[in-house]
Amino acid sequence: MKIAVSATAPHLDAALDPRLGRCQYFLIIDTESMEFEAIENPAIMAPGGAGIQAAQLIAEKGAEAVITGNCGPNAFQVLSSAGIPVLVGASGSVREAIESYKRGELQPTPQASTGPGVGMRGGMGGGMGGGRGGMGGGRRR
Amino acid sequence: MILSVASGKGGTGKTLVATSLALSLEQGTVQLLDCDVEEPNAHILLRPQIDSSRPVTVPVPAVDKEKCTYCGLCSEACAYNAIAVAGRTVLVFRELCHGCGACSHVCPAGAVSEEPRQVGVVESGRAGGVRFVGGRLNVSEAMAGPLIRAVKKLADPKATVILDAPPGTSCPVVETIRGSDFCVLVTEPTPFGLSDLTIAVEVARELNVPCSVVINRDGPGDEGVERYCAQEGIPVLMRIPFDRRIAEAYCRGETLAAAMPSWQQAFRELFDRVRGLAAVGSVS
Repeated sequence: MKIAVSATAPHLDAALDPRLGRCQYFLIIDTESMEFEAIENPAIMAPGGAGIQAAQLIAEKGAEAVITGNCGPNAFQVLSSAGIPVLVGASGSVREAIESYKRGELQPTPQASTGPGVGMRGGMGGGMGGGRGGMGGGRRR
Repeated sequence: MILSVASGKGGTGKTLVATSLALSLEQGTVQLLDCDVEEPNAHILLRPQIDSSRPVTVPVPAVDKEKCTYCGLCSEACAYNAIAVAGRTVLVFRELCHGCGACSHVCPAGAVSEEPRQVGVVESGRAGGVRFVGGRLNVSEAMAGPLIRAVKKLADPKATVILDAPPGTSCPVVETIRGSDFCVLVTEPTPFGLSDLTIAVEVARELNVPCSVVINRDGPGDEGVERYCAQEGIPVLMRIPFDRRIAEAYCRGETLAAAMPSWQQAFRELFDRVRGLAAVGSVS
């Protein structure tokens, strides 16, 4: 079975990246052989819709499930439409996440686990072209 | 003449300057456009009589499932990830769509058409001798650009047009300043004011709009803004003191020009200097 895992580096002992749309790498792993393909996430710098772009990439790569920390509503909608279950709440290394999946400890989530835009650096709200009132996204008064 | 009033940092006094300037110039020749469509406030001070309000829409894709071949070209073409093809489904994320039309343009099957989605309204009216136009973005809407463009379309080429810009230096500010003859940047003499001012100056320069500075709440704070302006050759056109009477009038919803009419002459002089600087096109 081919599983996509969000990762902080391109190897199995890397820490799992809790963000889906804005993770550093996707590892597409064959759970039988533990062979994998590492893909740099092209959506990491997207001004908006990173989760959507990442989810489409995962679907194109033929992954049959996704393991990550959190999944927002837009990415979840794309993955559900492609029939790909999303397993959230994973942590530790990528290898450990696959092992806990094999032990049946990770279950598909029936809905998104966070709001939209949460994986943005600096928190949510800055996604549509910068913040009001200067740095940091908030309107300064 | 189109003059935009911007700031970088929020809450420095853009609307205070824009409204008082409008009221100080020859009445009947001035138009004020509130381009801060996310949190408009010029109307609170000007209290215009609104006589027209019309919806502003953005075209968003509608996909004909009969014609769609799920080839994914629309999704590849979208710069904003607003349309996704997943299996035998096409998902449109309308709130991310900028309405550029690329998806319908590239669709080889002719399956993508466009339908209007309302993002806000443009209101126009009059406050005494000042003609007023303002945009109001729908709550939760992020697409300010198209609404700002709709507001600016109502600028009268024969009038002195004052644009009250949103805070910050991101897309809505760029959309507001773009095409202005001059930009007045209102700041305060603090490190925050200076930090955002320097970014705002870079934006104005990138857009080839000459700019000058107004320092508000002058008195406390530090010398950073003055030093920066001197170093960059940016004229400081006005200093509005940190004065409790000004703050009190503003909190009552009164403009500086109305509450302290002696300021009107200062705003007229400010405008004369702006006109001179714009004429020589001195990109500061």
